Amino acid sequence: MTLDYLIKRIGIFLLVVWAAASINFFIPKMAPGQDPILRALLEATQDGGVAGDAMLDIAKEYRVRYGLDKPLWQQYVVYLGAMATLDFGVSFVSFSPVREILLTRLPWTIGLLGTSILIGFIVGSTLGAIIGWPYSPRFLQGFIVPSFLFSAVPPYLMGLILVYLLAVTFTVLPFGGGYQAGVIPGWDLEFILSVLKHAALPAMALVVTDLGVRALVMRGSILSLFGEDYIKHAENRGLKGRRIFIWYGMRNALLPQLTWLALSLGSVAGGAIVVEAVFAYPGLGSALLVAIQGFDYPVIFGIVFLVILSIAVMTLILDLVYPLIDPRITYRKKS
Amino acid sequence: MNLPILLKRPAAIQKRVLDGARYLAEHRMLLTGLLVILSLALVGPIGSMFVDVTLHRPLSGLFSAPPSSTLPLGTDTQGRNIFAVIVAGTSLTLRVALLAGSLGLAIGAVLGFVAGYVGGIVDTVIRTASDVLITIPVLLILVVFAVSIKGLLSVDTMAITIALMAWMGPARVIRSQVLTLREKAYVHVSKASGMNDFEVMWKELLPNMLPFLAASFVNAVIIAVLSSVGLQALGLGPTYAPTMGMTIYWALQHGAVLAGMWWWWLPPLTVIVILFIGLYLVATGLDKIANPRIGNTS
Repeated sequence: MTLDYLIKRIGIFLLVVWAAASINFFIPKMAPGQDPILRALLEATQDGGVAGDAMLDIAKEYRVRYGLDKPLWQQYVVYLGAMATLDFGVSFVSFSPVREILLTRLPWTIGLLGTSILIGFIVGSTLGAIIGWPYSPRFLQGFIVPSFLFSAVPPYLMGLILVYLLAVTFTVLPFGGGYQAGVIPGWDLEFILSVLKHAALPAMALVVTDLGVRALVMRGSILSLFGEDYIKHAENRGLKGRRIFIWYGMRNALLPQLTWLALSLGSVAGGAIVVEAVFAYPGLGSALLVAIQGFDYPVIFGIVFLVILSIAVMTLILDLVYPLIDPRITYRKKS
Repeated sequence: MNLPILLKRPAAIQKRVLDGARYLAEHRMLLTGLLVILSLALVGPIGSMFVDVTLHRPLSGLFSAPPSSTLPLGTDTQGRNIFAVIVAGTSLTLRVALLAGSLGLAIGAVLGFVAGYVGGIVDTVIRTASDVLITIPVLLILVVFAVSIKGLLSVDTMAITIALMAWMGPARVIRSQVLTLREKAYVHVSKASGMNDFEVMWKELLPNMLPFLAASFVNAVIIAVLSSVGLQALGLGPTYAPTMGMTIYWALQHGAVLAGMWWWWLPPLTVIVILFIGLYLVATGLDKIANPRIGNTS
């Protein structure tokens, strides 16, 4: 890995973060006739207590306090500074700092998403390799049909089907929430079991789709390896089929699989957010749904920024680890 | 003077049609996928012969009625006739998908062509922009946009917004294709024979890239459906439109799954899943044409 590549890659990372922050800043500003403060206050007048004229004064007061009377570029600079320190402001609804709200939600999302991606990657890659390997038993190769079907169902719809089957028709698993009401959060067995039980359905929804996608991609790369000289050579040396499959086939096909993983993190995270919202799972997704329904702008923008930031960090790590795994990639300029 | 050409034409057309038919027969996946999508497109026109489409509105009839002979898919808790919702909504969902997909492809194709053909600083800017945007989930940008203009989001604005975030894939594929093709001998020949850049792009490069363009289009459509349904599941879609995504949102909000009202959420879900299966079949079929290596080994 050269310094050139490192600088370029980190530059892209910073650009992603900057773009995320700027999107959050400019898109709401461009929207016609939308002043979140005025709107929040208008809703307050509907609830009663504040008269119309007095409210305009309050709105002006708020505008000065939040610096909205300053020129746009100054607001932008202040805003970027706040984003750099992960200061997302205060929730319009609960009046607690958005950062604290998000930090209590983040572990749930990371836990759910991380586990699902890991299981989907391992199982999906293995399955895909078996499907693609020409010497696999015929019935195993038939698994391409379910993989194809699974990859075609978005995870949140898969979630609905699973809820109906496993939580409503056969009440095997709980259908929503993060843990049983009445169980006190802590590091004891009861709580952990409850968490695992509640995570099972949303995780299954995510894994099933992810598994299908990974299996199809892996099948493609295994197929393209077959016929390569080193595989033929290994066969001619009389190596056992299983050894060729794992050490010559899977190992090499896993590398493109990692690139795919890095590229698909965004859509996987997007899907996970909707899955959480569908299952009322206590992660960022359901917080986003609640914030959207309550016009809680600081929370919405905070979640959007935080998720994009997390994806950018993960992609950066994957990209930097990649050349360490694959010695063929040196990222050196050819010229 | 033009007679010979005129006479030749019908035969040429016939040959083309035959070639096309043979081509489709060889590509069963593509054909099946196209048929699946076509049959979805027919749900609207054919379905409206059997049901009054305006019944998709709330308060159109009974409440929470299970399917029966008069109400093939029952009604929801607000009295929408679910069959009418499906008939009206399938076309709307397809409309979002096609509009967003074709706009996304158009933007991506132009940027990809320009980046690959012009090169230099233009290429760097476009490539960096797509590198940056491709890791950002489309859904989240849509969320920011939709909450900013909440209440004004129509089916078409939703499609246009999605298109603005769906051009990166096509742009990348097309840029790399242009880079490969542009060094081919026939491009040099056309340039030497006096074609300008635009003519070279239009007459020489474009026809050679049709399979790639088609594949990019399908991928853009897939992104469009995925993110539009996700956006609607978060309650940010066009509130009063009977799209499949909004129907699922209302069903979720009213606890239809737990109440056992399967006729409310299962039909729109089925439509979306069928649409995805059709799109994936087309995508895989086109992939075999665009990258023949994959097809030969399987």
